[in-house]
Amino acid sequence: MARVPLIGDLAKVNGEGLEGLEHNFITARIENLVKWSRARSCWPATFGLACCAIEMMATGAAHYDLARYGMEVFRASPRQADLMIVAGRVSQKMAPILRQIYDQMMEPKWVISMGVCASSGGMFNNYAIVQGVDQVVPVDVYAPGCPPGPETLMHAILTLHEKIQSGELTRRREENSGGAAIQLSEPPFEISQPVELESR
Amino acid sequence: MNVPTVEIFGQRVLHPSVEELIDLVTALKQEGFNMVIDLTAVDYVSFPTRTDLPESVNPERFEVVILMINHQTRERLRLRVQVEEKNPVVPSLFDLYPGTEAMEREVFDMFGINFSDHPDLTRILMPEDWVGHPLRKDFSVGQIPVQFKASKVKR
Amino acid sequence: MTSEVVATNSQSLSGTSNDGRVRLREGSAVLRISESDATSKAGNEITETSDPSEETRMILNMGPSHPSTHGVLRLILELEGETVERSKPVIGYLHTGMEKTAETLSYAQGSTNVTRMDYASPLFTELAFSLAVEKLLDIEVPPRATWIRMLMCELNRISSHLLFQATNGMDLGAVSMMIYGWREREEVLRFFEKVTGLRMNHNYIRPGGVAVDLHDGWQADLRNLLEIIPPRLDEYDDLLTGQPLFQKRLQGVGSLNTSEALALSATGPILRSTGYDWDLRKDEPYLAYDQVDFDVIVGTHGDSFDRFAIRLNEVRESLRIVEQILDLIPSGDYRIQDKKITPPPRARIDESMEALIHHFKIFTEGFHVPPGEVYTAVESPRGELGCYLVSDGTSNPYRMHIRGPSFVNLQTLPHLMRGGLIADAVAVISSIDPIMGEVDR
Repeated sequence: MARVPLIGDLAKVNGEGLEGLEHNFITARIENLVKWSRARSCWPATFGLACCAIEMMATGAAHYDLARYGMEVFRASPRQADLMIVAGRVSQKMAPILRQIYDQMMEPKWVISMGVCASSGGMFNNYAIVQGVDQVVPVDVYAPGCPPGPETLMHAILTLHEKIQSGELTRRREENSGGAAIQLSEPPFEISQPVELESR
Repeated sequence: MNVPTVEIFGQRVLHPSVEELIDLVTALKQEGFNMVIDLTAVDYVSFPTRTDLPESVNPERFEVVILMINHQTRERLRLRVQVEEKNPVVPSLFDLYPGTEAMEREVFDMFGINFSDHPDLTRILMPEDWVGHPLRKDFSVGQIPVQFKASKVKR
Repeated sequence: MTSEVVATNSQSLSGTSNDGRVRLREGSAVLRISESDATSKAGNEITETSDPSEETRMILNMGPSHPSTHGVLRLILELEGETVERSKPVIGYLHTGMEKTAETLSYAQGSTNVTRMDYASPLFTELAFSLAVEKLLDIEVPPRATWIRMLMCELNRISSHLLFQATNGMDLGAVSMMIYGWREREEVLRFFEKVTGLRMNHNYIRPGGVAVDLHDGWQADLRNLLEIIPPRLDEYDDLLTGQPLFQKRLQGVGSLNTSEALALSATGPILRSTGYDWDLRKDEPYLAYDQVDFDVIVGTHGDSFDRFAIRLNEVRESLRIVEQILDLIPSGDYRIQDKKITPPPRARIDESMEALIHHFKIFTEGFHVPPGEVYTAVESPRGELGCYLVSDGTSNPYRMHIRGPSFVNLQTLPHLMRGGLIADAVAVISSIDPIMGEVDR
């Protein structure tokens, strides 16, 4: 950083978001409030694919209640969602669609890869399944299990909430696009066209 | 109709040729076999020593297997049609049993066997621009090799 | 059910073929259009057609990711206003290559693979596979194992139908049904977890018997289940069955007659809703179903309401079967004692060299199955679930094909949706109750 940052420098807020603010005690409180509210009302987008989707629905149901974390509304429209829980195995045909839904979500957004099939291809090490959804979208939390029980999924969600609240995730995303194997030319790019994946 | 027949586990297994298939299935439908349960295929290229075919039937690389059922007599039936490798074409059963549409599309997708007179013979499980037919024995399973060298399981 | 009726029906379903990339057949309910065409034409009115009635039609793409679908099913709809004229279900978004994977796994590992096909009722696929392997091996499973399998399968039928009630309700807007359905399912899953160790995808029914015996105190758990569930089924009747709004949404929607269902190879509740009495548990009994007393529920109109009612009452019949199993189950071994197939108990491995060798052989190489082919079928909550197995004498299957009932039942979808509204399309998909895992395998 070349110049000495001044308190409340608005230009940097445009570029770096809240991280650009040099904090005085007012803006630090506001930032904490924003992070707290982001963590507490994280709305998931429906991306249940296979068996893990059943366990995700069970987590949202009455016995293991996701509503106590503010997350019982599974938004169908990705524009209204913050969190994408990739629940299930991602096949070759589904991968471009996964990327398209991820692109349609608004920043800030997070991804939980639920189950071993989404995290690494699981027991299906073959031609038809993408070996780990982090080849397509950047993943923040991996929840192992086949399928992960509702308690495991909730642990993953709570881990994500802690990371959101500490501010750790927002910073990492801006530096290196979350580590996904996709090279972004310059953000923001055309959301209407899906990103071209490498051909087989 | 007279086609070579064997009995496997108490079930009749008929072996029509590709030309006889439609006539046989029409005759079976008149006889009361009112539902085709399944239509699938097997690639026998890695299993040349099979012994369950009758002598008059010439084994080919592909075999299309059709399972039928007669609800009145509770009888099940299997038809095995030998399909050659160079030009794998089988007449489609869609006009007799419309329920075979998706099954034949899957066999086309997975094995590359063409069904003539099928209304819409396109890939159903793989993406439309996929090259290759996955369930053929010469299509590898596509495994990413794992580090565990001592694994002796056949892959 | 005569062959003449089926022949005229198939005439109307097939029609003649024209040339050209976009094959829009006259009179058929199925929209024959390629996926790339559908993507490019979606949302625009059809312009290049000679048929004047098609000028106001629009092609719309629904899915594969949207809330009112059971998994990843994409529907291409041809709409006239809000009415669905023709449609085409596009599948393959969950294709896992399980049949190819099965050729690389041994027979003991096979049930871990097939169990993930129909993930709402995994024990049925395991059962079909195990029955096929046992037929090829020509072994007989001890009676207690048979009865345990029957008990677990009927409980799985209950949990699968409860899932259907929950998702059906939610698709129609009765969101509270979703909460209630999952509540009962948790009771059944708790029993499964005590017996098998897992809530889903149990890998419990294996060739040779079952993995472990029922736990101590299972009768008390089961009696508890039998007390809790019936009053709650009556709650569902209060909430849904008698409600005029629910009836209006489902009655007359998506109806099918028997000859159409037979021609399209539909089985299960779809076939039974048309009035045709065909249930493999009664008509081709397997396991010990001929020794228990239950009724087969058959509908009259073939519409979605009949399918909903059939599944609700099948839960009651399954509870009846479970109650009888509680009294009739014999004692004995829970798996066959053949040393070449069944691994020894873990404690024996420390004592006997032979046990260690058998354990090693079974789990690394696997047991060999004599060459042959077989087809076995069971009645899953969705229809006839069959396993066609070809063995070449080695320890891996040569070809394993699972006849998934949802794959075949999905062919009825365009015919059920024809002439209905888009909202009815949602109700129809949910009444067929497809599980995309077994559609795509």
